[in-house]
Amino acid sequence: MKRERLTIEQLLGVDKFVVDDQEAHIRLNKEHCESCETKPCTFACPAGLFAVKDGAISFDHAGCLECGTCRAVCPKAGTALIWCYPRGGFGIHYRYG
Amino acid sequence: MAEDKFTAIIVGAGPAGSTAAYVLAKEGHEVLLIEKGAQPGSKNMFGGRMYCHALNRIIPNFWEEAPLERPVAREIITLLDGDQSVSVSCQDLTWTRPPYHSFTLLRAEFDAWLASKAEEAGAMVACNIRVDDLLIDSGRVVGIRAGEDEMLADVVIAADGANSVIAQKAGLAQMFAPHQVATGVKEIIELPPETISQRFQLDGNNGAAQLFVGACTKGMQGGGFLYTNKNSSSLGLVVNAAELQRNQYRLPDLMEDFKTHPHVAPLIEGGRVAEYSAHLIPEAGLAMVPQLYGDGIVVVGDAAGFVLNLGYLVRGMDFAIASGEAAARAVMAAKSQGDFSRQGLGIYRKILKESFVLRDLEFYRRAPEFQENPRLFQTYPRLATAFASRLFTVDGSPPVHLLQKILREIKESRLGLSRLAIDGWRGATWL
Repeated sequence: MKRERLTIEQLLGVDKFVVDDQEAHIRLNKEHCESCETKPCTFACPAGLFAVKDGAISFDHAGCLECGTCRAVCPKAGTALIWCYPRGGFGIHYRYG
Repeated sequence: MAEDKFTAIIVGAGPAGSTAAYVLAKEGHEVLLIEKGAQPGSKNMFGGRMYCHALNRIIPNFWEEAPLERPVAREIITLLDGDQSVSVSCQDLTWTRPPYHSFTLLRAEFDAWLASKAEEAGAMVACNIRVDDLLIDSGRVVGIRAGEDEMLADVVIAADGANSVIAQKAGLAQMFAPHQVATGVKEIIELPPETISQRFQLDGNNGAAQLFVGACTKGMQGGGFLYTNKNSSSLGLVVNAAELQRNQYRLPDLMEDFKTHPHVAPLIEGGRVAEYSAHLIPEAGLAMVPQLYGDGIVVVGDAAGFVLNLGYLVRGMDFAIASGEAAARAVMAAKSQGDFSRQGLGIYRKILKESFVLRDLEFYRRAPEFQENPRLFQTYPRLATAFASRLFTVDGSPPVHLLQKILREIKESRLGLSRLAIDGWRGATWL
C-alpha cells in the first residue's frame, strides 16, 4: 500500500511561527562554512533549513524549531555558527508539544 | 527595578522551573519565573509520557485538575527489521487507577497549567522575555539581564532546558559533545479517540506507549516512539547527534520513512498531521551533568542533564520536577542561613542524592555506555526478528529443535557467543 509522505515544507506548514523579521537568532560566518567538508547541518537539521546552493551554504531562520541540533553537530560551532534563542515571543510556537 | 530583589529568578517555565517556582512561592518567597515563549510550554516538546510519582508528592492528586491525555495501560517494545518485527506488550490495569503510574500529555497545555499553579501560589510569571545574560558581581550571580532590563535575585535557577545557555554563561557547564545529545522529532497525528483505543486494544481512555528499535533509525543509535493521546498519537524518532553528524540521513526523511513503514503506518492510518516538532535530549547521564550550583545559581532539569534512557524506559519529566523541588528546598535552606554562596547552596546536591534524582542516575550510570553499543540497533533487532519469524514459519522444510533454531540464527548474525554473553551480562547488570 502506497502511503503519503509529507515534505519538510508541508510539515513546517502546519506549525505556528512568529517570525522575527528584524533579527536572525542563528548566524553563519560563511567563510568558515566554505572550508567545512562535511557540512552536517545540511542533513541533521530537522527542519531542513541548511542547504548548499551554487557551492555556498544557505540558511533560513524562519522555520527553525529551536532544537539546537545545528549547534550540536557543527564542527565549528561558536565561530561558523552563532546560536542563540530568538528574541522573547518570537520563533516556534507549539500548540501541542 | 533594583529595590525589587527576588529570592529567586527562575529562567524557563518548563516542569523544572515551574515546580521550583511553585514550591518557593507556596512558602511565601518572592519568585520571578521568566519564559521566552509567548506562553509557558509554547517552546517545549517531549516524547509523550510523564511518570506520576514526582508531581504527586508536590501536588497530591494532580490528575484531578491537570490537563492530561491518557493513563498508560499498555507498554509495547517493537524490534524492527525489514519486513519482520517482534513486539513485547505488557498491560497492567493497576497503572490506570489512582495514584496512576504515568500519563501521556501535551506540553503546551501541561506546562501552561503547571506555571499557572506557580502563579496561583504567588510567583510572578513573565512571558515573552529572553534572558540575555547573567548579572555577575565579584564572581557571584546576582541577577539577570533581558534586553535593557536588569533584575536582581538572591539566586538564579537555570531551568532553560537542554541547550542551557545560562549554565554555560555561569561557567558551570561546558558545551556538550555531539554524542552526548540526541535529536528528537515528533508528529502529532490526529485520529478519533475510539480509533486509537481499538488499534492499541485499549479500554476506554487508557493509553499505550510504544518504543521501536532497529530499522527505524537505519541502525543508528536511537529509536522510534508512539504515545497515544486522547485524540492524537505522538509519533517520533530520536537519533544520537554524533550519528547524525557521521551518517548523511536527513531527519525529516527518516521520519517519513518511519511513518510510512508497513509496521507503523496502520497505527496512524487516516490521521491528520497537526504539528511537527523537534527538541534536543541530554543523553549522557552523569557524564554531562554540569556543576549543579555556584555562587548564587543552581541548575535543574534538562539544563542539568537529568534524563535517563534505559532503552526500554525513558524518563525526564519526573527528574525535572524533583530537581525543581530540590532546588527550591536548597534555596530556602540557604536563605535561612543567609548564605547564597556556592557553599550555602551545596545542600542542593545532598537533597538530590536523597531523592531519586541522583540516586537513580548513579545507579544506572553505565546505561549511556550500554546504549552506545551499535549491535543494539542493528544485530539484535535482526536476530530477534529472524528467530521469531522462523519460530512461527511452517513451510514443509525439515523440523529443527528450538536450540538449533536459535543457534543457527546466532551463527548467521556473526555475532559470536562470547560477544552475546558480554552484551547480555552488561544488559542484565547495567540496566
